Amino acid sequence: MVNIETLCLAVVLFPLGAALIAGLLGRYIGVKGAHSVTIFAVSVSFIISLYLSYVLYTGDATSFNFNLYTWGRSAHTDFQVGFLIDRLTVLMMSVVTFVAWVVHIYTVGYMHQDPGYQRFFCYISLFTFGMLTLVMSNNFLQLFFGWEMVGLMSYLLIGFWFNKKTAIVANLKAFIVNRIGDFGFILGIAAVFYCFGTLDYAIVFAQVSNIVSMEQAFTFSANITLPAITFICLALFMGAMGKSAQIPLHVWLPDSMEGPTPISALIHAATMVTAGVFMVARLSPLFEYSDVALNFILVIGSLTCLLMGLVGIVENDIKRIIAYSTLSQLGYMMTAMGVSAYPIGMFHLTTHAFFKALLFLGAGSVILALHHEQDIWKMGGLRRKMPITYITMLIGSLALIGFPLFSGFYSKDLIIEAVKISHLPAAGFAHFVVLGSVFITALYAFRLFFVVFHTKARADKNIITHLHLHVHESPAIIWIPLVLLAIPSLIAGAFLVEPLFQDFFQGAIVMHKLHDGFAVLDRDFKARGGVISMTLHGLRSLPFCLGIAGIFTAWFCYIARPGMAEIIQKRLGFLYRILKAQYGFNLFNQWLLARGMCGLGSLFWRFGDMWLIDGVGVNGLARSIEKFSQTLRRIQTGYLYHYAFVMILGFLCLIAIVIGV
Amino acid sequence: MIALSDYLVVSAILFGIGVAGLFINRKNVIILLLCIELILLSVSTNFVAFSHFLNDMMGQVFVFFILTVAAAESAIGLAILVVMFRQKKTIDVEEMNSLKG
Repeated sequence: MVNIETLCLAVVLFPLGAALIAGLLGRYIGVKGAHSVTIFAVSVSFIISLYLSYVLYTGDATSFNFNLYTWGRSAHTDFQVGFLIDRLTVLMMSVVTFVAWVVHIYTVGYMHQDPGYQRFFCYISLFTFGMLTLVMSNNFLQLFFGWEMVGLMSYLLIGFWFNKKTAIVANLKAFIVNRIGDFGFILGIAAVFYCFGTLDYAIVFAQVSNIVSMEQAFTFSANITLPAITFICLALFMGAMGKSAQIPLHVWLPDSMEGPTPISALIHAATMVTAGVFMVARLSPLFEYSDVALNFILVIGSLTCLLMGLVGIVENDIKRIIAYSTLSQLGYMMTAMGVSAYPIGMFHLTTHAFFKALLFLGAGSVILALHHEQDIWKMGGLRRKMPITYITMLIGSLALIGFPLFSGFYSKDLIIEAVKISHLPAAGFAHFVVLGSVFITALYAFRLFFVVFHTKARADKNIITHLHLHVHESPAIIWIPLVLLAIPSLIAGAFLVEPLFQDFFQGAIVMHKLHDGFAVLDRDFKARGGVISMTLHGLRSLPFCLGIAGIFTAWFCYIARPGMAEIIQKRLGFLYRILKAQYGFNLFNQWLLARGMCGLGSLFWRFGDMWLIDGVGVNGLARSIEKFSQTLRRIQTGYLYHYAFVMILGFLCLIAIVIGV
Repeated sequence: MIALSDYLVVSAILFGIGVAGLFINRKNVIILLLCIELILLSVSTNFVAFSHFLNDMMGQVFVFFILTVAAAESAIGLAILVVMFRQKKTIDVEEMNSLKG
């Protein structure tokens, strides 16, 4: 039998190797070679992930924690490369490799005939490698490495079509906004290192209670003192805000839709953007000690959840609607983290990965069928023409709004319950917000769904008739991945909810006794009698009613009374404009931050660099030396007798000194 | 009897003429060479005078060496002068300022 270490290494190295082959030898192995090798590698990773899950869920071991390689050594600290494999990790690994695998297959169809075919496969395989490194890491440094790796791949993939100006701007934006988050993240890591003297998870987690009881604190100025643990958690969460696109660092995610659709599904819906959520769950032993940080997470999460959902209602680009939906769902996950319901947040992450990847790939299928048209108002009536896409998108949408029986229902319902019973000060507000979001989610999801699939084709008649006559279902290579994702979107919730309450994560996630939300849910779930009664109960609950109300509203406004939406839009013109402007975050960033930074940079450039360093420093020095030597060179007349005279004079002086005159 | 000081005065005068010739002469490189010879001769005179008055033969031996070296030096100097004249078609000191900065 192969040992665990080799297997873990294989999970990570297979995608890396495939990426190198596809990237460096892409020209020689051709299109077929590129996708075969990467798909093979990712399947291997997926199978090993499943095997590791099997080992952990059936075997005795609760976790494997080992270092493989000493990456660097500094004073008394070793920086290791190592893996921590526990139930949390294997869940994430399975999700990542599964979605990556499906997306790899889908890409074969989607990127068909794209000149950058091999490059694309290289990137997504490399992304898978980065994501797995991040997930499997057993220390903060490796976590950071993976974190930056996926950020880089996200950058490269958003700007994959580098001839498109908007794509270049979007990837730059994503990169810069993520830098802001990473600034906090690395500060947090530095603070961890400062307080604990190590970056190894296991040691840090073991010592955290000591640090808290010692009441170590950071003093920023005379009257600003933060407990160390709070500072660490807030700084680390800042990284999560960037990566998981929480307000106000969410601005990059909608723009990232400039990239090809497969990566929107893989990176900007299912895996990378959930890295922040995963990180909070992974570091739950730290976050549990800081109520301040948890409240902050709760507020930010719930705000993201509501506000981004609202913007989704007024968007017209099919991918951007789904992107805003992703933001809103990430808000849900963060809310769950905030109320210490980490297992439920991870549960929602898992189900969301399936149904959101499904929605994106479905949208990609529609976009491909309509020759890269993304405006939903130029679509319509696709139900008959694309039946498989239609059904899978329906499943995805129902899962998204949390319709009972579909996977999203279990996770979302539990989040709402967890928020309801939380004792945190911000929980009351958050509960109201997440309930409101249920209605909004249903509204935007079904607005998209009805407009794209149900209503008649509209817009420019000439183009549309021509286009729509030729619209047909996407080829099998496109719809098979849809089906592959539709299955877990349908059943994953019902299947996972039972084990979730049977100590699913064991020691991987720590929950403090005071934050008993999950324990209460656990008790309720068992008292009620399992998954079936939970589903039945869901049919009578408030979130279900709100969801139905949302669907009904969407139906009423876009099918029953097609003019209704415009009337509402006119009546609430002010609100509409605010939503259209996405609350002015972009405007604010553009005007104040970007302009301000440009102004500041220009000031430093003109004054600091051009004038002070170049003018006074470098060139000034050269100029003064030149002036000095210009004066000095006059002495050199070139006449022999002058030199002789000076020589004699010097000789006389020397004699005078020697004699002692 | 001629005193030591008389020799030294003559030698000093010779030296002074030599040095002054170096400075004042602006025309001819040959005169420069002559001036250098003059300076060397003044030194030799000093040597001989002291050798005689101190009864030490070393000084006079030294003078032979100086004369030899001076002869060699003049030969080299004149050779350089010839080469220079071929190059520049002049031996004017005023013209020789290619070291000017």
